[in-house]
Amino acid sequence: MKPGPKFDANRIEPLLRVTGLSKQYVQRRTFSRTEFDVSAFQDVDLALFRGKTLALVGESGAGKSSLARCIALLERPNSGRIELEGADLLALDRKALFLFRRRMQMIFQDPASALNPGLSACEIIAEPLAIQREGTKLQRRERALQLMEQVGLDAKWERKLPFEFSGGQRQRLVIARALALKPNVLILDEALSNLDAPNQSLILELLAELQVSHSLAYLYISHDLSLVSRFADEVAVMYQGKIVEHKETRGLFAAPEHFHTRELLATVHSVESILMERSA
Amino acid sequence: MKYFARRLVHSTLLLLAVSIFSFGILQLAPGDFFAPMGLNPQISSRTIAALRSQYGLDRSLPVRYAHWLRGVLKADLGPSFAYNSPVAPLLAVRARNTLLLTGTAMSLAWLIAIPLGMWSAVHRGKWADRAAGVVTSGLVTVPDLVLFLVLLLVAVRTGWFPTGGMVSAAFSDLNVWNKVKDVAEHLFLPALGLAIATLPPLVRHVRSAMIEVLEAPFIRAARAHGIAERRVLFRYALPVAANPLISLFGLSVATMLSASLLVEVILSWPGIGPLLVDAILAKDVYVVIGTVMLSSVFLVAGNLFADLLLFAADPRMRTE
Repeated sequence: MKPGPKFDANRIEPLLRVTGLSKQYVQRRTFSRTEFDVSAFQDVDLALFRGKTLALVGESGAGKSSLARCIALLERPNSGRIELEGADLLALDRKALFLFRRRMQMIFQDPASALNPGLSACEIIAEPLAIQREGTKLQRRERALQLMEQVGLDAKWERKLPFEFSGGQRQRLVIARALALKPNVLILDEALSNLDAPNQSLILELLAELQVSHSLAYLYISHDLSLVSRFADEVAVMYQGKIVEHKETRGLFAAPEHFHTRELLATVHSVESILMERSA
Repeated sequence: MKYFARRLVHSTLLLLAVSIFSFGILQLAPGDFFAPMGLNPQISSRTIAALRSQYGLDRSLPVRYAHWLRGVLKADLGPSFAYNSPVAPLLAVRARNTLLLTGTAMSLAWLIAIPLGMWSAVHRGKWADRAAGVVTSGLVTVPDLVLFLVLLLVAVRTGWFPTGGMVSAAFSDLNVWNKVKDVAEHLFLPALGLAIATLPPLVRHVRSAMIEVLEAPFIRAARAHGIAERRVLFRYALPVAANPLISLFGLSVATMLSASLLVEVILSWPGIGPLLVDAILAKDVYVVIGTVMLSSVFLVAGNLFADLLLFAADPRMRTE
């Protein structure tokens, strides 16, 4: 039986539903013609609800980022279904998918490389609107400035280039760009990992505010369980390409079932105890 | 502005160092242009000494260098003993021909390298990319001399292209259009050879720069917004990948210049290459120094131009 949240029996329809999703990469050994498949993840089921955060945790190489890229349709999965508001995204043609892309956006780990170094702050935020051919140039600029203010960036920095911003400000810029198309789902792929602790807290607060004001559903990918405990409503634990445990956050932290979940939690506890000993 | 003033000062100092080095090296070579005249019993040693004195060769090296440097400031690069004329006008004609050849070859090489490198990057790991890799790696291993000789052989055997000089014998009788056509026909073979010689590293660099950019998260973000793949390549990836390529452009000027000397000699293109070889053999020192200096100026100018391009392409350079 597949692990899954036991509390969603009578819940409303999910915004995003992933069913039986699998991805294999074809690889070839050096100086060899024989190809073999490497499985990134298998048979993954997930559901994201409006205004809620589902955290996906696991060790490095567990397949979290590959799964995120497949859900965002940056890569094509080998099998399974991805339904967004009831529409099967994998069955859509290119034109229909183009329109659906606006509803799901992704935020990457490293804000420095997630921004086009040659574009100004305003151009970066307006870029998705231009790609989706939305509004006039002036309207796009107005919307970009509005979004800058919304994520806590001064609108008078509109002409600044990415390298002129700090790490935290760049991540705000990335968030503003992701919000430009008014998406329903945000996939946050280790979005806070490259930030220092104060910036992590500030961005976390911002994301929480935006979730309430825009009714966003978050898929939050992380290996930092202390951040997950503060931010997520549900947690899915990934181990060797499979979801091995999926529970409400409090339940998972209180009573982990799978040995890998216990290992992950033990790491957090040991780090916490070391820090407490040091401060004492 | 400050950056360019600094670069200009660096370039001037570099040219000065090259000139001192060239003078020193030529002084180390035994004999001079007039030494073989001593073997002729009809020329007295007094006449030879008078000739040496006339051209200042009897003076010490620092004095000659100072005299030459003063002349350079007045656009006088000294005399050519072999041609019995000032070096500057002699070099001007040859420099024009070399510039025509290297400029054409450089444009041709980059026009092929950019689309080929981009195509390889997009089809990374597929058979087309591997085939391009095999061809470019194969070309790297072929010495320029062999490449130019093969081209010469093909041209001679097929008769498709003229194999020597820059114009035909009846050039002066042709109308403007036919004159252009005639020069283009003569230019084709050396320009093609030079382009092929410099192409492989350019293609490999374009490919690796594009692969690096195409894997960047900002490209993934653009794809997540639904951008068309062609736009990703030309509007997003290429401008960002351009920075290392512009620096490479500056370096490729050096490769192009050294290869052009060889191609000019082998395919008899009347550029500075054959002039330099003849001048070295005849110990026509001011022509040698003038040619070396001209090559250095081309090199410095190429790098300065690359810096200007980088300044225009990368906004970070303008802010720093």
